[in-house]
Formats: sequence, structure tokens, C-alpha cells
Amino acid sequence: MADPVLADQMPILSLQDLSVSLFTRRGVLPAVDGLSLTVSAGETLAIVGESGCGKSLTALAIMRLLPWPPAKIVSGQVRFMGRDLASLSEREMQRVRGKDISMIFQDPMTSLNPVVTVGDQLVEAIRRHTDVSRAEAHNRAVELLRRVRIPDAERRLNDYPHQMSGGMSQRVMIAMAIACGPKLLIADEPTTALDVTIQAQIIELMKELQSSSDMGLIIITHDLGVVAEIADRVAVMYAGRKVEDAPVEALFERPLHRYTRGLLGATPSAQRRRGGRLVEIAGNVPALSDLPKGCAFQNRCPDVFDRCRAERPQLAPLLPHRSAACFAAEKELSRDAAVIGA
Amino acid sequence: MRRIIIRRLVQIIPLIFAVIVMNFVLIHLAPGSLFDVMTSEQQITDPKMLDQLRHTYGVDQPVSVQLAKYIWSVMRLDLGYSYRQNAPVFDVIMQQLPATLILMLAAVGIALLVGVTAGVLASIKVNTIWDNLISLGAVFFFAAPSFWLGIMMTVMFAVKLGWFPVGGMRTIGVDESAFGAVLDVMHHLVLPATALGLFYAATFARVMRASMLEVARLDFVRTARAKGLSGGRVVLAHVMRNAMLPIVTLLGLQLGTMLGGSVVIEAVFSWPGIGSLLFDSVMSRNFPMVLGVLVLGSLLVAVCNASVDLLYLRLDPRIKAR
Repeated sequence: MADPVLADQMPILSLQDLSVSLFTRRGVLPAVDGLSLTVSAGETLAIVGESGCGKSLTALAIMRLLPWPPAKIVSGQVRFMGRDLASLSEREMQRVRGKDISMIFQDPMTSLNPVVTVGDQLVEAIRRHTDVSRAEAHNRAVELLRRVRIPDAERRLNDYPHQMSGGMSQRVMIAMAIACGPKLLIADEPTTALDVTIQAQIIELMKELQSSSDMGLIIITHDLGVVAEIADRVAVMYAGRKVEDAPVEALFERPLHRYTRGLLGATPSAQRRRGGRLVEIAGNVPALSDLPKGCAFQNRCPDVFDRCRAERPQLAPLLPHRSAACFAAEKELSRDAAVIGA
Repeated sequence: MRRIIIRRLVQIIPLIFAVIVMNFVLIHLAPGSLFDVMTSEQQITDPKMLDQLRHTYGVDQPVSVQLAKYIWSVMRLDLGYSYRQNAPVFDVIMQQLPATLILMLAAVGIALLVGVTAGVLASIKVNTIWDNLISLGAVFFFAAPSFWLGIMMTVMFAVKLGWFPVGGMRTIGVDESAFGAVLDVMHHLVLPATALGLFYAATFARVMRASMLEVARLDFVRTARAKGLSGGRVVLAHVMRNAMLPIVTLLGLQLGTMLGGSVVIEAVFSWPGIGSLLFDSVMSRNFPMVLGVLVLGSLLVAVCNASVDLLYLRLDPRIKAR
């Protein structure tokens, strides 16, 4: 894995000021608001946030699979290998999907077509982007199933999805995603629907596949355990905006944004003192139709002060290699600097 | 697989038995008999002669005995004797059955082709003028009685435009080659098969549209698109394949009503099939023939239903697991 702090290469994907809006009867809601992200080859970026913060819509926007109506990219660029995906025609985009960028989804049991064998679904993905015979595609499919560690791969090709467990299905999904050697894999909550032991296996598998192919990986999750396990860098999203972006060790060591702190406090861990309570983040995410002036997190923030209510914090590089959009963090860091300087 | 087939076939036996008993009772509850018809048509008026005929046909025996005798003969694959055609019931039906089968098959074909295509189009162009037009057409053909539709089509396409013959199955007095005969039958078939098929096409179109829209929202369709498949391929290989399942169920259910519907259509277009035979036999109180048609008809529907179930098994692999 590339060292994220030292990696200064051209990113393979960079979102610039991407905005996705939901066009609903109640008005136009900013589901993703001015989001900028970069992913380099071999790097794993985790996008973290609670339900409805826009992380899945971001993934679908990159793939140009947003469900219209209601969701639509309203501004910004999705630059992938020098091209702006947001401005490609649907036809050109079809050649990118599944070949250069692949995606796996949350629920593997419903993500495979129930009336087609997994072999045929794999072969379909292979033959869509490579000019090979059926027999050759079949051989590749067997090879792919072996790579994702499915035992008895040859026979499993003839199985229907309902004959497989959730973990097996997710392996098939991964096999399908890497079938054409993508530069970027987007995994949208890939382990949420799985048993804990299976989750670890799937994460392990993705790490292994990534390290052997140098592909970029975006993993969308609300599970900080998964983040710690696999990510190089973390982007924390809240109410459609990125509120913090940091290398994974630094983030866990010292979360800057108060929301990130809340998330870490609400995560159970084995090290924590037995009987110690998890700290919840009080209150709820404000509705997109009803975002307050100033910081979206103000109604739940323990360190909120006047400026948070009056002015919306912009993402600023507060420490080397990391940025956050939080006035409380800014204040805290400047106090630190003053102490060190004194 | 073989066990399922055998089980389905065994299930048919009690069904046929029930059909016989119920229809036998119903027929004997209905007023009038063959002899009334004969009398009214002035063929036989002598009471002595009538008594003798009653004895010959066994109608003077108690109903329960008649029923037992009939069931016994059906078990020996003998459907009785038709007074009117003066031939075994089975032979007469077999003579007329192909015409009905041709009509039904053609109607099913038209219903599936038109219904599924319209449903898919409506779902792709959902909430557009196309969708509305298709829905409007479906409601119209669903609501229009098929005999009325048949008559209107005759007026329009046979009488006014002269494109198709008014009725019948063949052109009388033309001795053609085998190929010419097939063309001739097909030419006669167009109007009755369309009149019968459009009603079912309307149902299929509505169900297909709803089913397509439902399947299109499912996760695996998003997966298919994420693979980079073209829109057409996603619809054909992934959405349609799954959306067809309710259509197959519906088809199985409607084959029976389609046989019933063909009675009316055959009467409208004087199509020489089982329907017109049944109609004629009821009018002349030719009860062995009526019973024979009903028994064979229910057998046909039961076999069709069983085949549809087997087809379903092939289409949806999840069923085998249950």
C-alpha cells in the first residue's frame, strides 16, 4: 500500500466541488454539497458518516448511476484519469463502468440476478468489456472465483445466487467487480449486511486484491472498525459536506471535528474499560430541507459557540495533510500553538 | 423433476371427477331434453316412440345410476354417443378440437406478443404520452366484450375494407395445395384470434408494466448497470427476464378462461371449433356432447396449467429450492 502521507502522485480520481441535489416536491435539497476528494492508485479512501449524509450518493454520482428522479449532479467535476466523467455521454460512461471503475454494494443477496447463474453473470461482465470467446470467458470466470477464494469454483459457476450464502455472494460481487482489472473499486458498505466473522474475511480479501493490483479503493462505511482495518485516509461527511479529511492514524489519534470525535466515542472497542458507557451523539442530523445557518452540526455539538451559529465553517488545512471544517477545532489548535509558542 | 410431473398428473384425476359430477348434476337440473327438441322440431311426435327412445338411451333410469354409468364409461375412455351427429362423442370432438387449438394458440401468441411489448414499452417510457396511450388502449380492450370487438372488427375489416373473410375457417370450393390451405386458414384466423387475444393482451400489458417497474428498482438491476451493460441489454437480460414470471402465472390461470372465451368468438366468426360445437349442443340439449366437451376441455386446461407450472420451474430456479 502506498504511504498516503508521502504519496504525491497524480490522483486517479478527483472530485472537484461536486454537488448532487435531490429534486423533490419539497424543493431542491443539497444532498452532496461542494464535495472535493482525491484517490491515488493503490490508496484506500474511507468515506465515513451516518445514514443520509450523502456518502452513497457520492459513489453513485461517480458511477453516474444516480437514480433520476430525484437525484442529479448539479455542478462540479468528476475527474478520472484526466477525463471529466460528469460530462461523458451515457454510451461513453458505459465503457467506463465495470471496466475502469467497478462498484460493489451493500446487500450481496439482492445484488445478483436471482434467475441467472453466477457463472453467466460473471461471463456477461467479462465479455462486455473484453473481446473473448465464451469458452475463454468461462475459464476467466473460474479463475476469478478462485481469486476471491471460492472453493470448488468450477462447480459453483452453475449455482444460482439463492444457493450461496451472503459472504459467498459478496465474493462473487467482488469477482465481478475486478473481472476487467479496474483502476478504481468503490465499495458501498460492503460488509454491513454480513456476519461479523465474514466481514473480516471480506475486508481481508479486498486488502489482498488491492495490494496485488495497485487499484484505488473507496470504501463507504459507518463502521470505524472497518476504517481502521483497511483505510489509508478518511473523509468524514456530515449533512452532505466533507467536514474532515485526514490520514487514518492521525484521525484516530486526534479527531479534530467535533462530529468525528462523537463518532469515535460511539464506537465500541475491546480495549475500552469494561462496563464503560458508549457516548452517543445527542440529537439528530438536521433535515436537508431545514439546514441551519452556520455549521450543520451546531445543534449537536458540545463545543458550539456564537461563530458556529452565524457562519458556516469552510474546510481548512489545520494540520499538515489534514483539514477540517470546524471553528471549535480551529480555536483549540490556535490555543495549542499559543501554548507551544509561549 | 419426474416426481413433480407425476404428482401434477395425479392431481388431475380428482379434478376431472369433480368436473363430471358437477356438470352432470347441473345439466340434469336444466330444463328441457333432447326429446323436447326432437318434438319441437317435429321429427318425432309419437309418445310410444319417445318412450322407446328414452329406454334406448337409458334416460328412464335414476339419475344416480346414469351418473355411475357415465363415470364408468369415461374411465374406459368412452365419452358416449352423440344423438345428433350419430357418431361417438370423442370422434366428433377430435374432429373439431384442432380448429379450437389453432385459435387458442394464435390468440395466446398475439396476447403475449402485443401485451408484453406494450407493457415493456410503457415501463420504459413511464409517465410519458406513450405510457398513457398504452394504458388507455389496455383499459379499452379490457373493457370491450370480445363478441362486440369481434363484430366491430368484422364490420370494419371484413365488410367495409374487405381485407379478411367474414367467418369460417376455409374458403369453400377452393382446392389448393397444402401451403395454400395453410395460408387460407391463417387468413381466416386473423380476425378471430385478434378479437380473442386483445383482451388478454390488455391484461398482460398492465401486469407487465407494473412488474417491469417493480423489478427495475431492484438491486441487481443497478449491479447490471454498474457492469457497464447498455440500457437495452439491462432491460432484456435482467429486468424482463424477472418481470416475465408473473405473466407466466397469469397465462396459466387464463388458459381456462380463454377456452371459455373462444366459445363466444367461435360463435361470432362461425369458426368450426369446440366452442361452436358446445354452443350447438347446448341449444339442442345434446347432453352427452356437452359433457364430453366439458370433460375434455377441463382435461386440456389442467394439462396446460401443469405445463405452465413446469415452465415456471425452469424460469425461476428459486422454486426448486423450496
